[in-house]
Amino acid sequence: MSTEAPVAAGTSDELARPPGPTQPPGKRRRPRMPLRARLRRDWPLLLMTAPAALLLLVFHYLPTLGNVVAFQDYNPYAGDGPLSAFLASEWIGFGNFNTLFSDPAFWDALWNTLTITAFQLVFYFPLPIGLAILLNSVISGKLRAFIQTVVYLPHFFSWVLVVTFFVQMLGGAGLLAQELRQAGVEPPNIMTNPDTFIVLVTAESVWKDAGWGMIVFLAALAMIDPNLYEQSAVDGAGRWRRLWHVTLPGLRPVIVLLLILRLGDALSVGFEQFLLQRDAVGRDAAEVLDTFVYYQSITTGNFGFGAAAGLFKAAVGLVLILVANRVAHMIGERGLISRQ
Amino acid sequence: MSGTRPAWEEKPTPVGLAGKGAALTVMALVVLIPLWSVLVTSLSSRKTINDAGGMVMVPKGIDASAYVTIFSGGIVTRALWVSTLVTVAGTLVSLTLTVLAAYGLSRPGSVGHRTLLFFFLLTFLIYPGLVPSYLVVTGVGLKDSLWALILPSAISVFNLVVVRGFFQGLPNELLDSARIDGAGEFRILWRIVLPLSRPVVAVVGLFYAVGYWNVWFSALLYIDSNDKFPIQRILQSMILQGQSPSFSGQSVGSLPPTQAIKMAVVVVTVAPIVLIYPFIQRHFVKGVIVGAIKG
Repeated sequence: MSTEAPVAAGTSDELARPPGPTQPPGKRRRPRMPLRARLRRDWPLLLMTAPAALLLLVFHYLPTLGNVVAFQDYNPYAGDGPLSAFLASEWIGFGNFNTLFSDPAFWDALWNTLTITAFQLVFYFPLPIGLAILLNSVISGKLRAFIQTVVYLPHFFSWVLVVTFFVQMLGGAGLLAQELRQAGVEPPNIMTNPDTFIVLVTAESVWKDAGWGMIVFLAALAMIDPNLYEQSAVDGAGRWRRLWHVTLPGLRPVIVLLLILRLGDALSVGFEQFLLQRDAVGRDAAEVLDTFVYYQSITTGNFGFGAAAGLFKAAVGLVLILVANRVAHMIGERGLISRQ
Repeated sequence: MSGTRPAWEEKPTPVGLAGKGAALTVMALVVLIPLWSVLVTSLSSRKTINDAGGMVMVPKGIDASAYVTIFSGGIVTRALWVSTLVTVAGTLVSLTLTVLAAYGLSRPGSVGHRTLLFFFLLTFLIYPGLVPSYLVVTGVGLKDSLWALILPSAISVFNLVVVRGFFQGLPNELLDSARIDGAGEFRILWRIVLPLSRPVVAVVGLFYAVGYWNVWFSALLYIDSNDKFPIQRILQSMILQGQSPSFSGQSVGSLPPTQAIKMAVVVVTVAPIVLIYPFIQRHFVKGVIVGAIKG
């Protein structure tokens, strides 16, 4: 859900220790109660965990297995429901993937996705860092709190609302166009121009989430030892050199972590945002992988093909995040999934 | 935070100060102007809206007829009820299951602890994808049911980890002494842990509530009947697809200006978020979220 905080970094410690042979030494030597006694002691805990686990099983892991329809010529009308249709549908091996990889629309969507990711890495990613440093330098606590309150707010708006605000402000009948017309200037086409769509979606993402993105960096800034600033100032470092030699190194682990997460998600650029605007802008500019999957499967009933595209995306995403994590280790960062 | 500049820091240059002030002003106005303009337009009369050219920045009197129209029955009123219902029911379900599972997973060394924890955390790395999720949700009979907006996304493992982390930070002696006194786990959770965890439960609950209020795509996927549309779906069809909503019992001629109605729908969609926002905000800066990030 989009309202989650921007990072799941809190889990890194747990992810670092999967069950299995990497148990810390000493843990095994602890005398264990027999399983039966432990069950008698712990059954309430298991009972408490069960409903949530069941929901994840049904709505997360079962669909994950359901990705096998990517290898089927899935026919939704072959049975009464998805399950019987699944059982009745024909297995076609990599047929859907062959069709997918020979479909120019798929490559266009992939190209759009990667272009937008690259563009946003340059023009979106650094912004929360800069804003956080700027805000951190504001001395008045009240002013800081006010700005934080205001710029965090759009993070909690739905994409429908965000796009609505942009239409009302920058669209053909919006506030900007109206003021320009009164000034005798022909307003530019902002909301439906495919050529500048990449700038528009980046601006929308900035408006919605750049403020909220600061929160992690503000926390990291607060943890930098103030003595470091004082000492370097005494040693004659000006404010820019302190920024370079104290502030940025202090932020480095967080920046690397978020970069890994972003790269692992390189094939996702925000689904609802694009789905909402695809009709207005046209699919040449606004078709990304996620909307491609949606239009190729749900609206046409071609589920096997859509699942193949989705599976391709998930597989590449998993590889990307593992590679990005490996690179982070190589340059000496802790990364997302730390080794023991 | 500290209110004074440290002695070693150089005095700010006038140019620097002006630049900083300008940047902060722009940051605030970029968010506040759209909110203001939409609110004022929704409360404006037809004449004010026409004079301004569509969006009103300077209010001239207050005309609440757009709100009377959208609240007097019809699709918008209906959608607001649906969204409220989904938000309340969904938040209750999510919060209950999250708190229970967070407590159930909070004790290393209990039966199956590692395996279960891994089962939950693995969801961060593996996404099921749109098509199989759609097939499962429709396959279990949730098509055109409001439960389709709740159950598939009821558990946010991120929120669960936040709550679990908080539970694990509570003093162990407290729980142990209750256990010695013979209290069962459910009783301990209800009587001791929850009263101590109000802030974290509040924040996580508010996060869930915002998520449910914002539900749009699930409704597009699963909900077919107009009378089960949540408000975001109505907003989308009114503003982004340009459809006029139907209002019962009023002829088109007597309706308030379309623009005011549209903006009123925007306002009622934003309002719950803006109203509960201060409560979230009070907690999240210091405390829950930052604590979660630090691990």
